[in-house]
Amino acid sequence: MIDLVDVHKAFGANTVLTGVNLTLRKGRSMVIIGGSGTGKSVLLKCVLGLVQPDRGAISVDGTDVTNLRQGTSERDAFLARFGMLFQGSALFDSLPVWQNVAFRLLRGSLKKPRAEARDIAIEKLRRVGLSSEVADLFPAELSGGMQKRVGLARAIATEPEIIFFDEPTTGLDPIMAGVINDLIRGIASEMGSTAMTITHDMSSVRAIADEVAMLHDGMIQWTGPASEMDSCGDPCVAQFIAGSAEGPIETVR
Amino acid sequence: MNVLAIIGRAVLAMLASIGRVTLFAVETVSHLGRPPYYPREFAQALVQIGYFSLPVVGLTTIFTGGALALQIYAGGARFSAEAVVPQIVAIGMVRELGPVLVGLMIAARVTSSIAAEIATMKVTEQIDALITLSTNPAKYLTLPRVLAATIVMPFLVGVGDIIGIMGGYLVGVERLGFNAGTYLRNTIDFLEPLDVVSSLTKAAVFGFLAALMGCYFGMRSGRGAQGVGRATKGAVVAASVLILAANFVLTELFFSA
Repeated sequence: MIDLVDVHKAFGANTVLTGVNLTLRKGRSMVIIGGSGTGKSVLLKCVLGLVQPDRGAISVDGTDVTNLRQGTSERDAFLARFGMLFQGSALFDSLPVWQNVAFRLLRGSLKKPRAEARDIAIEKLRRVGLSSEVADLFPAELSGGMQKRVGLARAIATEPEIIFFDEPTTGLDPIMAGVINDLIRGIASEMGSTAMTITHDMSSVRAIADEVAMLHDGMIQWTGPASEMDSCGDPCVAQFIAGSAEGPIETVR
Repeated sequence: MNVLAIIGRAVLAMLASIGRVTLFAVETVSHLGRPPYYPREFAQALVQIGYFSLPVVGLTTIFTGGALALQIYAGGARFSAEAVVPQIVAIGMVRELGPVLVGLMIAARVTSSIAAEIATMKVTEQIDALITLSTNPAKYLTLPRVLAATIVMPFLVGVGDIIGIMGGYLVGVERLGFNAGTYLRNTIDFLEPLDVVSSLTKAAVFGFLAALMGCYFGMRSGRGAQGVGRATKGAVVAASVLILAANFVLTELFFSA
């Protein structure tokens, strides 16, 4: 479904991706792991076109999407297939919760009548465990965990084929992280969505992943089923799982 | 050699900045003819920039008009020209002080607010979120603000001009002993349509520049609180300087002999 071939990206002298090759199959949940600052978010943003790769190709269902121009109908159609949960939720401060969730349903090609969009937003909020009373609050009035849930509700509001999760449990306590992990797993399964998650939280990996990819030194060091992760023999994966300071991943970056 | 290199780099950097701002302005204006449009955001921007700026515009211009009347009276007394207070206050407020002071106040109040808001949105990935939600930030954030500022500024300056003249009137009548009717008649008789047209044209240009700079610096903000601070400071400085430069150019265009 999503294929990345030899993707390179540098920001000035800072080389981030040095030839990423990765395939994500339809309906599967892939988790990309790696240390902080290894380019996991950049990789996600390259797929979405938020960051332009310097080299390489990205295709979705066989269609090259590497150079889709912003504002074109092709790019709008491409983005309409995606939902994205951002690391900090990225909720719009100036809009109440329900308008955040229904953002796509209030404008553009997926526009629906306002009352219907609100009903869908409230239904999605319920799906992520939030009551309808939250709908008229503003994001600043919510806790971090509630904001994540609202971000999740926004990501699934249009029932997209593909959902990206950027560090979904960062900054949350273990209980709330578990709740978010369960929601992600449950929603992806019931919607049949293809999911790509980036995280360095191993409990998330075990809860969410069908497949795991290890990003290190700008390349995918290992990829395989989550069930084989512990016994794969890759020194980077082993060090990451163990949380050890000893190994190929440098602790001073 | 090093000095030349430094000067060269500064000139190149300045030219690059001018190019980027010009492209940003052209892209913003080009969205006028390309839907979708966001009327709700435009209406909100009209209220934020126009209605909520009225108090600061009123206070700025009434005190300036009053001070101007006192200055002209005191200065005019040196060559027995105290009687021209109504005419000079009117022409000074309408041609220059009204548009420039309102423009600078809008740069302080609106440009800073726009830059800080958009820069914060950028830092917290809200701009990226907009894009993933198939919404062009230039259409959703920039165009409504720039268009609203361009449209609403002539109204603000019109109000400012009137309040400024009234400030001069109050000082002239209550403090300097002018006859109320004569003061008003002299003001109205002296002003020409070109004075008002130039004032309102300047206002529209200043509004465009003020909002454009807020959006431009906000969109180009660096990371973190420092990035937001720099974007806000840069936007206000750039808007203020551009307003003063544009004022000179427009004055030259309207009133050069």
